[in-house]
Amino acid sequence: MPVSANSEPAIGASEGLADLPGAGTPVSSSGPGVWARFRETLKSGPVLFAFVILVAIVLIAILAPVLGTVDPVAINPAERLRHVSAAHWFGTDAFGRDTYSRVIYGARVSLLVGAGATVMSIAVGLLIGVIAGYFRMADAVIMRVMDGIMAIPNILLAIALVSLTGASLVTVLVAITIPEIPRVVRLVRSVILTVRTEPYVEAAVTLGTRVPRLLFRHMVPNTIPPLIVQGTYIFAAAILIEATLSFLGAGLPPEIPSWGNMMSEGRMYFQLLPGLILFPGIFLALTLLSVNVLGDVLRDVLDPRMARRP
Amino acid sequence: MNSPDKIQAQSEQSSSQAPPVLRVDNLSVLIVGDPAGRHIVRDISFDVRPGETLCVVGESGSGKSVTSLSVMGLLPRDTLRASSGRILVEGENVLEASQKRLRELRATRMAMIFQEPMTALNPVDTVGEQIDEVLRIHSKLGRKARREKVLAMLEAVHMPDPEKIYDAYPHQLSGGQRQRVVISMALILRPKVLIADEPTTALDVTTQKQILLLIRELQEQHNTAVVFITHDFGVVAEIADRIVVMNQGRVVEIGTRHDTLAQPREAYTRMLVSSVPSLIPRKRREQRDEAVLSVSDLRKTYSEKRFLGRGRSVSAARDVNLTLSRGEIVGIVGESGSGKSTVARCIVRLLEPTSGSVRVHGDEISKASGEALLKLRRHIQIVFQDPYRSLNPRMKIGDSLVEGMVNFGVPRTQALEKARELLGVVGLGDDALRRYPHQFSGGQRQRICIARALALDPDILVADEAVSALDVSVQAQVLALLDEIRARTGIAVLFITHDLRVAAQICDTIVVMQQGQVVEAGPADEVLTSPQQAYTRSLIDAAPGRDWDFQNFRPVDQGALGLPAE
Repeated sequence: MPVSANSEPAIGASEGLADLPGAGTPVSSSGPGVWARFRETLKSGPVLFAFVILVAIVLIAILAPVLGTVDPVAINPAERLRHVSAAHWFGTDAFGRDTYSRVIYGARVSLLVGAGATVMSIAVGLLIGVIAGYFRMADAVIMRVMDGIMAIPNILLAIALVSLTGASLVTVLVAITIPEIPRVVRLVRSVILTVRTEPYVEAAVTLGTRVPRLLFRHMVPNTIPPLIVQGTYIFAAAILIEATLSFLGAGLPPEIPSWGNMMSEGRMYFQLLPGLILFPGIFLALTLLSVNVLGDVLRDVLDPRMARRP
Repeated sequence: MNSPDKIQAQSEQSSSQAPPVLRVDNLSVLIVGDPAGRHIVRDISFDVRPGETLCVVGESGSGKSVTSLSVMGLLPRDTLRASSGRILVEGENVLEASQKRLRELRATRMAMIFQEPMTALNPVDTVGEQIDEVLRIHSKLGRKARREKVLAMLEAVHMPDPEKIYDAYPHQLSGGQRQRVVISMALILRPKVLIADEPTTALDVTTQKQILLLIRELQEQHNTAVVFITHDFGVVAEIADRIVVMNQGRVVEIGTRHDTLAQPREAYTRMLVSSVPSLIPRKRREQRDEAVLSVSDLRKTYSEKRFLGRGRSVSAARDVNLTLSRGEIVGIVGESGSGKSTVARCIVRLLEPTSGSVRVHGDEISKASGEALLKLRRHIQIVFQDPYRSLNPRMKIGDSLVEGMVNFGVPRTQALEKARELLGVVGLGDDALRRYPHQFSGGQRQRICIARALALDPDILVADEAVSALDVSVQAQVLALLDEIRARTGIAVLFITHDLRVAAQICDTIVVMQQGQVVEAGPADEVLTSPQQAYTRSLIDAAPGRDWDFQNFRPVDQGALGLPAE
């Protein structure tokens, strides 16, 4: 039975109850305390673990040149397929390249792809979503196109785009970004549709506020919290898709040390040198896991009503 | 307890000598885990006897709902906890009862009805099954006997065609019918205590009257004790035997209806009772015939869009004509669905009228677009019902106030100066400029909304249920503020409300709407004292507590309302 939330909405001003969940006004997601709630969640073991891992991976990517690495693309035929040793911490691959260095530099590629795809898909998706949500005429057309894109499996679409334009970092990035855009568009559109009838938006209309300001001052800020959460999922998905594409040979050019490329090349020597697949695989798995865990935490922190649900 | 002997002596109830069925003793409820150890409810005591109606009144945040939830054992356990006191239902302490025992007690001993009947019912189950569930859990009756009992109960709450209602889903019923279903669920096991938490607040006045009569009727049949939680003194005057006045979690005073309404002992009660707007229309002001707004043949039709051709169409407003002169306050009154808000939104051009004209100073606003529309918007501003959603939560008050002026090219520093001045007009300090909406109460936010609407020096202010969400004491202040602004600036106000009391207090002219059409229009005193249309009369009849003159703490002199004495 809905008890507290509905017992008193006609008289909105339940000051005395305002700080109780479910009573009074809904807690604003942008209100004070987001940071405090985030710090609170860090007390839980898995969350702290994920946070530490992600920070470590970011540091590794940034500090790659000074972490005892050698040139990740330097071929050394004399040192092919070495086992783990003091000289080669993770061993070497079929071309004698240092696996440790390649894994460390691979973090750069993965994070770059993840961040790039996230920023691009959110920027484009936000713009299209705002247009679809506010301009009703454009909505039907835009959403049918988005449905069309969503109907094609991500990987398939990405493979098609890469094979059409040739493999490079930019094409892979674009190929990963495009399938993610419809999700962002849907999210933004739904938020815009709900806030456009909010009284404060209507009040701004009657105050003579022009459309661009109306959109970006009064409506778009409401999309930021859900977009941050969506962004973490895109980030994780992008890293995974890049690895998959590279593994399938439809991704980054082979000379770029990406985790997917390394696993693809290491596949043939798996029984001889399992480390060729295991080391990049472990890094990939840990990165994805921690991004996803932190994404869930962010969702709970930004929308406390979700978190309290048993 | 305030001298119970005296109260008993004055009580008109014949059953007042019977022992109380519900007794609340020094109940305190605190917020779990609050470092300051704050209490929501502190040391409250009252009792209710069989057949008696006890009204718990108070403004929002007074703790009246928390009290009712405590009695039902429904406090949200992780946030609120009864820290001391007892709640005795027929001698059994609810606060010490196990969850299992509480489940047995609910529905058999005590039952509750809520404000919003739609959310209190399960939308995917038929209402018959939902009432049946109560019997299935709490009785050993067979399927057939249960069905008969449910049908008899639906009959008892005066549902037309109980057989059909039994198989209906909640969304197929009207608000009043849904509340009848909730009442059936609550009373089918003949509980000793019925707790009604604002059960009629979400309903229209005419429906409210029927529900109040129904509760009274069932109460008399079964000698139920009713605890009626409300913020509406009109309802209190109508139904209460005794009244508990609450404020900030404490009981202010307890007394019989007549004592509390006629001779309130506490200053707070006096303030609260005298804030209730009177139904007696105030004197009409001299009219200046300088029309600032004229609406003619306004029509708004919603039609269903189909792939080919047109679908059904519903007209939310049709053939609406009204004029608004400088300094005049015109009220549009009507029940939900009467089209009053549609008209308001068409006038401020948040909606595009299907046909008809809306002229502001002779300029047509209903067809204007682009820059021409922006220029006209300056002259006409709106204040909405919900003060919590009317201000952008992410913008400082100062930024909200200057927005309109900046849109029209006023330099920011100059606009801020004006904003400061406007805050003074609505009774707030300069420091509000740098604060965010969540730092203000509902009444203060509504003042800010009024200041924002005034920033462009409009000629017309549309107030769409602008005081409906406010407590009576705050409501009175905001109404006084509006009137003062009108007197000083000569602004014309279009006042949309469902509350005849409010309309009587502030409006010069009243327009009554029903199902999208204007039923009656005329000077406020004429419409309210000698209504020409049956619908207007039924609205006035249904206004709760209309035979009590709250300002003067006495029953209404029947002549003043022009109604026959009962």
